[in-house]
Order: sequence, then C-alpha cells, then structure tokens
Amino acid sequence: MKKYQCIVCGFIYDEAEGLPEEGIAAGTRWGDIPDDWECPECGVSKADFEMVEMVA
Amino acid sequence: MEKILILGSGLAGYSLAREIRAIDESIELRMITADAGDFYSKPMLSNGLAQGKQSHDLINATAETMSERLKMSIDSNCRVTTIDSEHQRVVTDQGERSYTSLVLALGAQPIIPAMRGDAEQHRITVNSLYDYHRFRQQLPAPPAHVAIIGPGLIGCEFANDLLGQGYQVSLIGPDPHPISTLLPAITGEALQQAMTEAGAHWHLQQTAAIMDQSEQGYRLTLTDASTIDCDLVLSAVGLLPQMQLAAEAGLKTARGVVTDRLLRTSNERIYALGDCAEVAGFNLPYVMPIMNAARALAKTLTGQPSEVVYPAMPVVIKTPLHPIVIAPPQRGAAGDWQNHQDQQGTECLFHDPQGQLSGFVLSGKYVERKQALTKQLPPLLPATA
Repeated sequence: MKKYQCIVCGFIYDEAEGLPEEGIAAGTRWGDIPDDWECPECGVSKADFEMVEMVA
Repeated sequence: MEKILILGSGLAGYSLAREIRAIDESIELRMITADAGDFYSKPMLSNGLAQGKQSHDLINATAETMSERLKMSIDSNCRVTTIDSEHQRVVTDQGERSYTSLVLALGAQPIIPAMRGDAEQHRITVNSLYDYHRFRQQLPAPPAHVAIIGPGLIGCEFANDLLGQGYQVSLIGPDPHPISTLLPAITGEALQQAMTEAGAHWHLQQTAAIMDQSEQGYRLTLTDASTIDCDLVLSAVGLLPQMQLAAEAGLKTARGVVTDRLLRTSNERIYALGDCAEVAGFNLPYVMPIMNAARALAKTLTGQPSEVVYPAMPVVIKTPLHPIVIAPPQRGAAGDWQNHQDQQGTECLFHDPQGQLSGFVLSGKYVERKQALTKQLPPLLPATA
C-alpha cells in the first residue's frame, strides 16, 4: 500500500484507507483511480499527485 | 507572434503556464517574478511544522526546472515598475518585456496594521516561501512562546501547527471568537475550546498596540494595558490583493483587479487571476478558484475564449485540533442559518428562502458530510448557455 500527496494542497491519498465517501473503497490502488479524478480538497488533477510514502 | 507574459510565480501563474502548455506546446511564454520563482505549495506553509518541513523541503521544483519543463523563460528576482499598456510592454528593473497578452497573477500582500514600540518592525508575516524560511530561522526551539496577532484562518492554522510541536501560543485580535469573518459563533467557540485544551491563550476583543524589545525577546502591550512576553510575534491580520500596478496602469480595481468571466480586465490585452483578481464580483483567495480560472484562461489565451465556471468550492481550514470546512453563502444572499452543535462538533446550514442549501460550515466529526452536502450546493458561477 502506498500514499500519494497533492503537490498543491498537501492532501494525502492513502491506498489502505481509500476515500469511501467518494466511492473509492479502502485498498483501491492509485493506478485504479480514474484519470479524471480530482483532489477532493483543491481540485487539481490526478497527475498533480506524487508518491510520498510506502506503507508496509 | 503571440507572446504571453505572466507576472507572478505563485500557484496562479504556474497553474496557468501548465494549463497553456497542456494545450499548446509552441506558444511563447514568459514569466516575471519578484521571488526566486521556485514552485512550492503555499497552503503547506501553515502546517509545515507538523509535516517536518523546512522551507527547501516545500519546493516542488526550482525555477530552473519549471522553466525547462514548461518551455518558458523566467525572469527571477525581477520587479515590474510599470505596465505600459499603450505599447504592450512592461518596464522592470531588468529591462523591458513586450507582450501580446499580459496576465496579472500578483497575489496578495499582508496587511500590517500600525503599532507603536521599538520592535514593531520585528513582526513576522508568512505569505511566501521566503517568509517561511525567515520564520523558521527565527523560531526558537519549543517551548518558546509565539504571539499571533490575528485569530483568523491563517492565524489559527499557524497556532494549531505550533501547539502540536509544543510551543506556547497566544492569539490576539478584536474578534469575538476565532475566524469570526467566516465562522458562526458556535463553530468559532468550538475551535477556541479545542485549542485552549491544547494550551492556546486567547486575548480576544482587543488589539496589540505596542511591541517593544524585552529581556525574553518581545513584550506586547494590548489595548486593555495587559502585556504578553514572548519570543516571536507572528502577524496574520489578513491579505490585500496586489492592485497597485494595475491601478497605476489605469485598470479598473475594486476588491481586486476587476475582470469579467474571461478573466479579462478593463484592458482587452490584460488578464488577471488568483488572489489579486476580482472575477465577476468574486475575490476568492483559495486554491480551487485558481485552478478553475487557470483552466479557462489557458483556453482563452490559446484561441478558444472560455468563461470561467465556478462550482461550489468548499474551503478546508487546517486546524486538526478541531477540523473545519466552510462553503460560505454568497455575500448578501437571502436565507437563514440553522446551527446545530453536539459532542461531535458543529453543523451550520444556510438555506435560501426556497429551501435550497446554499452554504455550510461543518466542524469536528461533521466535516465528513462535506462531500454529500457539496453535491447539494448550487455552483457559484454556473456555465452559461
């Protein structure tokens, strides 16, 4: 499981937790999130995220 | 030849450049910035301590890297003195630059209220990466005492960040409760209580009048004559859009450089976006409006005139001690607040006379309702037919 951070606002997507309130189940891999998905906090595109952390 | 000139290297300027390059790889782009021009995350300045970030850690890409990546010339540490709209050029301390389209992405500057005392010029403001660098250099190790003038959004975010690292924090301001311009009393007081439990001291309904040197560092004297001894004074009273260059060039200004929905100022060759702009009546110094405006303007500047569309854009306030998200109703909108509070937090909903949800403030556990409620909100600037 990995974490990805929005380079603009710092929002972190954690694959382990997903975003259940947006219909993204816990455990959803970054690669499986649609390309038109946007940062829930600032609206930047998926391409504007960087991997920040590996979680064992 | 089309030549787009962008003034400012903040999120607005760089987002626009990126969006333009995504559409057009060859159009000539140039950026002028008074800063070093490194691309960084400004929202992270107010929670950099918790993230363990020094100023250089916040740089996503240097000006040099951005210049290569975006195929854009960048004039760093360069100040614009005049916009000569008649001859479509700007005058800078590094020479003249011409344009066919000029974009003002100048941001906003901190308000520095008048104060007395022999140390009033030692107040620190944090509104740029360079400011943050200075702040971190001057910040002693915890448990040093930091006084924050201005218990608003930015002041409370910094306070939360400092409290989390073991600093003593005092907040001072005329407001009846924290973030009083954006939060109803019950939410502001819930935040105040959570921060008090974490050690914050509040000096509300008064202002700091005098700042002197003292043995410890600084002594603030408030309007009720009480004093605060501290190691550092952070001023976070608010921001004013940068309008001076625009005003001197004869552009229309109000609560920002006035633009229409094409982001066009009163001069048809000059555009504005971001914190310096008042777009169709809105000055919204937040990330989402900038991203939406940059996308629309990039299309307009590459030959496809596109009006900006603003969906409902809630703003997250980074106070993890008591998380808050707000979607303020439009200024002067008719309607009523229904405010609810319990152990979980606060939920304040604004309905218009037809019963349509048109704004909200959520705090504590209620921030989880953000997505669901945002879907019910009308867009701020809907698409036109």
